[in-house]
Amino acid sequence: MEFFDNHKKLFGTALGLFVGLTLLVAIIPAIKNQENNAPLPNAEKLSESALAGKQSFIANGCVACHTQQVRNVDMDKIWGARPGIAADYAAIKRTDFWRNTATLMGTERTGPDLTNIGNRQPSQAWNLLHLFQPRAVVEQSIMPAYPWLFEVKNEVGKDEVEVIVPDAFRKGISGKIIAKQEALDLVAYLQSLKQTPLPDGQAPMEFLYKNEEKPLTTNNGGAAPLPDGKTLYTQNCASCHQANGEGLKGAFPPVKGSPIVMGNDLDFYVSIIMQGYDARPEYAVMNAVGHDNNLSPEQVTAIINYERTSWGNNAKPVALEEVKKIIDLINSTAKK
Amino acid sequence: MGNINLFSEGGIVITVVLILIPVIVASLIVIVRTNASLRRYIKRKELERLTNYIKELNPAETEQLEKRKKELEFTLNNAELGTDLPTLDPKGLIDNVNTVESIRFVQQKRKGQPRPFIEPELTRLILWYLGCAVAWLLFGTSVGEYVGIKFAAPDIDHLSWLSFGRLRPVHTNAVFWGWASLAMIGLAYYVIPRVSNVPIASIKRGYYSLILINASVIAGSVSLMAGINNGGGEYREYIWPVMSLFGFGVIISLVNFLKTIAKRATREIYVSNWYIISAIMFLLVIAFVAYWPSWQNGLGETIVQGYYMHQGVGMWFMLFNLGLMYYFLPQQLNKPIYSYSLGILAFWAQILFYTLIGTHHFIFSAIPWWLQTVAIVGSVGMVIPVVAGTTNFLMTFNGSWNKLTGSYTLPFYLIGIIFYFTGSLQGTAEAFRFTNLAWHFTDFTVAHSHLTMYGIISFMLWGFFYTIVPRLTGKEPPQITVGAHFWLALIGLLFYTFPLMYGSTLRGLMWMEGKPFIDTVTFMGPYWLWRAIGGSLMWFSHILFTYNFYVMLRRKSDVELPKSAAEILQLKKETTINPQA
Repeated sequence: MEFFDNHKKLFGTALGLFVGLTLLVAIIPAIKNQENNAPLPNAEKLSESALAGKQSFIANGCVACHTQQVRNVDMDKIWGARPGIAADYAAIKRTDFWRNTATLMGTERTGPDLTNIGNRQPSQAWNLLHLFQPRAVVEQSIMPAYPWLFEVKNEVGKDEVEVIVPDAFRKGISGKIIAKQEALDLVAYLQSLKQTPLPDGQAPMEFLYKNEEKPLTTNNGGAAPLPDGKTLYTQNCASCHQANGEGLKGAFPPVKGSPIVMGNDLDFYVSIIMQGYDARPEYAVMNAVGHDNNLSPEQVTAIINYERTSWGNNAKPVALEEVKKIIDLINSTAKK
Repeated sequence: MGNINLFSEGGIVITVVLILIPVIVASLIVIVRTNASLRRYIKRKELERLTNYIKELNPAETEQLEKRKKELEFTLNNAELGTDLPTLDPKGLIDNVNTVESIRFVQQKRKGQPRPFIEPELTRLILWYLGCAVAWLLFGTSVGEYVGIKFAAPDIDHLSWLSFGRLRPVHTNAVFWGWASLAMIGLAYYVIPRVSNVPIASIKRGYYSLILINASVIAGSVSLMAGINNGGGEYREYIWPVMSLFGFGVIISLVNFLKTIAKRATREIYVSNWYIISAIMFLLVIAFVAYWPSWQNGLGETIVQGYYMHQGVGMWFMLFNLGLMYYFLPQQLNKPIYSYSLGILAFWAQILFYTLIGTHHFIFSAIPWWLQTVAIVGSVGMVIPVVAGTTNFLMTFNGSWNKLTGSYTLPFYLIGIIFYFTGSLQGTAEAFRFTNLAWHFTDFTVAHSHLTMYGIISFMLWGFFYTIVPRLTGKEPPQITVGAHFWLALIGLLFYTFPLMYGSTLRGLMWMEGKPFIDTVTFMGPYWLWRAIGGSLMWFSHILFTYNFYVMLRRKSDVELPKSAAEILQLKKETTINPQA
């Protein structure tokens, strides 16, 4: 056939077909997407420090292991309150003339998703220590350490942030470990990663492929069944207070043998979980874990009972009703 | 870092050791080579002395030797039981006859075919391409091996330039643009003039292209390690100025190939050229769309990214290698391709369906749902070209399976074809919405990309290397190290991918059950270790490959000393006729 024997016609046709399809599935949808989406009106802009932090997030290739996308499937619920939408990324423009747009959605989740990490783990002290040596806070972590974001000095200067590192992870270092500006910026960026709630009145997209309700354990003395306290503790508490409940000296207090955990002042205990705590200068600030992660009264009760009965702690379990009452009270005063 | 003792850091020690390895190896090579030339020199002197002595032989001594020769040559005449008529073999069909003299640990395979005429300048160009490709394979997979080890030993070093997030793209880009791309273009410089039956349009342009591509990978690797990257899209980590070096390099070769095809001496354009030229044109379109530095805000970036990364593998590496396969396979089997039309069907079907499937890397994400569905449909459509291609290759093989055992190149072809089938169809399966739930974001994707980029592309390329390099240089690689290369690469790949796929599936299921995330990290530990073990085998096979390549390029033939009486006489005859020799 003449067509097949004429290189201009043959290669021209193949190229034309490919370019046509490229227009249809890549160029036109991409242009439409970048023109027809605007950021949510209540979305916060990144601070200067957070922007600088994003640059080192990009430079160090963090996206190789951390995604920033909440898919509309049930298993992604733990990474955000709602599935991600195009508007969430609409504010992200080309980094500069030399570098492309960094939506940082990622394709690998070797480590956790970071869409909402600013709500889940806002503590600066935790994040700095975690960057200096991830295994100091999460024993099983395989994340690289980033010691080049820190420097060793003899004195902590004004406005400088010292990182308290457990002895096991500061071998060969004598002096104070100080966070460089790059580390502070990177943490500022992580703290800024928060899912923007949809403007009032809008229902978010549904999560698909719902998990069936988990069978609830009945370790509550025959009372209402509760979710698994150990899992919830691992997900919400262990990164600071550690799996063995002993915390980290100079950073996070132990819950093992803690008078608050073992004692009878349930109001105080629940309020710390729900609203955070910042009364002891020798420890880092605790964020409002319960509120930030939308913990239900059942989940809070399960965590409390797990903490009261583990690692040699032997206080009596508490009842769901009492916890519910306290949380209702906290919520109603918070609204006023 | 203040007062840290550098040599108590595992990473430093390892880096030093890693740097020492090539140094030690290089010194060994120098010693071995000096030794060899020394021996050659001594033998040559000996030969000279012997020659002089032989020249002086008196008739009595010659007679003595003549007599001894006769005695030694006494044999039965082989016609005691049959005929003594000479064997008639006017077409030289009886060749490569060998008898078993000792236990054969390594099966004797067929030698490469005699060398066809190829311009020496073109030979040199092709060998430069292939040599650079081998160097990038060694570099890229050494980095990959190191990155794999980091999963088991995250504190192995604390250097910013060697940290995981920076090295991972160095590995992927070096094997993509350095190893596979240079090898493919180099092989195309062999195939295109052959099937067009004319010499290549310009040798010089070939070198320009080679230099630009190498420059791009060098600049890209250094800038990635220094923390300069494009912002996160996989395989798009080089910034555009770096990638444009690659692009210009490819344009130069494209022009060169098109000019060659335009003045072809054959009427038809062989199907290999369809695939190869299209692959090059498409790569340029893809790179241009993805790198044009003034667009892609917001999700536009993600849509283009999905398009880019999948067209990169499917339209560049796969299409190009299929084109090479359509030349090399029939040629190695010494028979035409089973069906020319199936090849043409696969060609158009590949363009039609493959172009659609890019966004299947972002299923359930915030990009438009219809686009995700199109991608899934396209992924299913890929069954057509894959089945057509595989059928075509296997049917070409059919009837020649016996050649497989006698050839050291064909096993590479066959494994490549098998992985073409399984690897591509696995991609289709991964695109379904449900499997995506369990597998997406896990290392399953990593296993898949190694099954395809390594199992298909690299195996095919190795087969092509072992086919043409002996023809270009006239030197064969040692069969034992070719066999070891093949088996280590294959077994390594299986150790790499299978545990990773199994573990990742379970990890995905754990995520779906809502297990704590860190538990799923601990769970993957043993599977990551298996991956590192498999990776080490693969890496070792590349060292053997490099050695084989070196042998095909450089091995000198030994100086032969005359030993038997016949050889001495022969030498005397030669030196008497031509005293200068």
